[in-house]
Amino acid sequence: MTTAVLPLDLLDLDALLTDEEREIRAVVRRLVDDKVRPHVAGWYEHGHAPVRELARDFGAQGLLGMHLTGYGCAGTSAVAYGLACLELEAADSGVRSLVSVQGSLAMFAIWRYGSEEQKQRWLPGMAKGELIGCFGLTEPDHGSDPAGMATRARRDGSDWVLDGGKMWITNAPVADVAVIWARTDDGVRGFAVPTDTPGFTAREITGKLSLRASATGEIVLDGVRLPDEARLPGAEGLRAPLSCLTEARYGIVWGALGAARDCLHTALDYAVHRTQFGKPIAAFQLTQAKLADMALELQKGWLLALHLGRTADRGALRPEMVSAGKLNNVREAIAIARQCRTILGANGVSGEYPVLRHANNLESVLTYEGTSEIHQLVLGQRLTGIAAFG
Amino acid sequence: MKIVVLVKQVPDSGAERNLRADDNSVDRASANNVINEMDEYAIEEALRLQEAHGGEVTVLTMGPDRATESIRKALSMGPDGAVHVLDDALPGTDYLGTSRVLAAAIGTLSPDLVICGAEATDARGQVMAHMLAERLGFAALTGARKLTVEGAQLTVERQTEEGYEVVTAATPAVVSVWDTINEPRYPSFKGIMAAKKKPVDTKSLADLGVSADQVGWGGSATTVLSHSKRPARSAGVKVTDSGEGGVALVDYLSSEKFV
Ligand SMILES: Cc1cc2nc3c(=O)[nH]c(=O)nc-3n(C[C@H](O)[C@H](O)[C@H](O)COP(=O)(O)OP(=O)(O)OC[C@H]3O[C@@H](n4cnc5c(N)ncnc54)[C@H](O)[C@@H]3O)c2cc1C
Ligand SMILES: Cc1cc2nc3c(=O)[nH]c(=O)nc-3n(C[C@H](O)[C@H](O)[C@H](O)COP(=O)(O)OP(=O)(O)OC[C@H]3O[C@@H](n4cnc5c(N)ncnc54)[C@H](O)[C@@H]3O)c2cc1C
Repeated sequence: MTTAVLPLDLLDLDALLTDEEREIRAVVRRLVDDKVRPHVAGWYEHGHAPVRELARDFGAQGLLGMHLTGYGCAGTSAVAYGLACLELEAADSGVRSLVSVQGSLAMFAIWRYGSEEQKQRWLPGMAKGELIGCFGLTEPDHGSDPAGMATRARRDGSDWVLDGGKMWITNAPVADVAVIWARTDDGVRGFAVPTDTPGFTAREITGKLSLRASATGEIVLDGVRLPDEARLPGAEGLRAPLSCLTEARYGIVWGALGAARDCLHTALDYAVHRTQFGKPIAAFQLTQAKLADMALELQKGWLLALHLGRTADRGALRPEMVSAGKLNNVREAIAIARQCRTILGANGVSGEYPVLRHANNLESVLTYEGTSEIHQLVLGQRLTGIAAFG
Repeated sequence: MKIVVLVKQVPDSGAERNLRADDNSVDRASANNVINEMDEYAIEEALRLQEAHGGEVTVLTMGPDRATESIRKALSMGPDGAVHVLDDALPGTDYLGTSRVLAAAIGTLSPDLVICGAEATDARGQVMAHMLAERLGFAALTGARKLTVEGAQLTVERQTEEGYEVVTAATPAVVSVWDTINEPRYPSFKGIMAAKKKPVDTKSLADLGVSADQVGWGGSATTVLSHSKRPARSAGVKVTDSGEGGVALVDYLSSEKFV
């Protein structure tokens, strides 16, 4: 027998990273090993994660909004941020979601479209993990097509009054500030809403069979009165929330690979140690074909993610490139998770192994931040020049 | 307060480590080299003192070219800069020679305090702090599990097998620390990115005024003549309990000085 290599060492892809990138990854891996891995199966089983505590630990490390600059943010490269997402999601997609929503959706929206006063008020505390943010775009009746949103913001003197509701909002049950997107007479606008504003309520969505280590909520806005200073002055139209989604989606391109990597590690280890028909199941050609194909897809996905990361760091990343990355990497990650599940036989359905947890989590990842079908439509439009959304 | 922290690059103690067949020295080339674990506690202690009292923290390493990786890692935790003593004459240098070189380097920095790990995981000598203090004429406060600084007065809880002793001295001093003293921080992302911009001053033996024949294989007072692998674990002692099992267990434990 020759020495086995880890799936991501097959092509020596690490050589494409800088020392600094490897070091940032090592720190996140250590943090995740310390604070997440020992507990995450339990959080998942109980459908509850200590979001505030995690946010503080992550904030102390500089993970929250790490790719943003100023206001206590670390200002890392997009590649470093991606590597961090991968390590987080190797533990659990729900934990990565916490970081994505905080950094790429809520913080990014304020950082990109907020006033100086809003940035000073929210960003330093959010970077530290002392304040938690959420991002409310999806509504019960408007998911893939947010242009139809029903939540309204109407002027009342110098104030705004928000009415409506948001659904499936990550971190909403624990958030201190909600970035809420609402329709006005002049089109879609964004608001940084303190969650203790009268009329704002968030209820936890229970009974999820996916992303159980993440807090998801429903937000009700019932005559929420806000001064004009709560409006994000730079955000005009639907392009603003969509640009935030591109940010977060980029993290998913990397993150999904983490879940896949963890499944593949688990399956490899299992296959080498599990004996049937007098041999390790890793010695059967069918198993090796599965392992080889999965390792291949993992490497390809990683190269795609790195390409997008380097392109982002050059300032040349276009939204449809991120669509391509999300479509491919989440689709392949969920295929890998399901295939790994088969290698574990009955143990594959047990919570003692992370594989079905990852597979179930990836069902949410497949749907949020633009479903696979929507990303196919985005690519289809780029290829044909014809929009097929409506 | 001006603090120098000694940082040594060692082979990862979590992996298999070997001595070289040709010269009986530690095989560093094939190993995964990391910061000596105890030195991370020394860095942390220096940073906490800096946060409380201000001043400057400088990392000092003697080692080959690739020790720069460990220097960058150390700097990513927060120190201000580093001195790297690098010279082709250095391989083979023993404790005495190393202390001569480090003392010379410390001399050029004139610190109030030198902090180091109580031991390095490769050779586990526990002598460097004492040798340096002797050469520099500094106070030696070794094996600390707690360090308090009030002005120029240092108080150390010195860990012993039975408990601890309280020892005091005035600066300048060399303090060596155990891993009970604190919990080292992870480098923050900002720290990692800032590390590559921090100054690392490379010094040769000539820069330090140490002559090449005082170091290396030739300049060493000690020589490792031979080495052998640790014997495989023996089967252990089996105690069959026929009423006297407890006594037999305690006899065994006390004969091995466990109790
Ligand atoms: C765990 C979790 C956390 C979430 N967190 C957030 C959050 O923090 N903030 C937020 O705003 N939202 C969040 N979402 C919501 C998520 O973004 C939406 O679920 C997603 O956009 C899809 O919307 P929908 O569920 O309404 O599905 P629908 O839009 O109703 O889609 C249903 C199906 O129809 C398909 N479909 C729709 N339109 C077309 C078309 N034109 N052509 C072909 N097929 C089409 C879709 O691809 C999908 O397969 C979260 C969702 C989940 C599950
Ligand atoms: C919810 C649940 C209920 C169950 N109920 C019952 C029950 O009531 N009674 C009962 O007797 N059993 C029951 N089972 C057990 C089930 O029948 C076994 O899980 C199944 O036979 C597979 O065995 P295994 O889990 O040991 O996997 P393994 O046999 O270890 O297989 C692991 C993987 O290796 C592959 N593999 C094995 N051998 C080869 C080979 N030669 N070549 C290529 N690939 C190979 C398998 O296809 C699989 O992908 C239950 C299982 C579950 C999950």
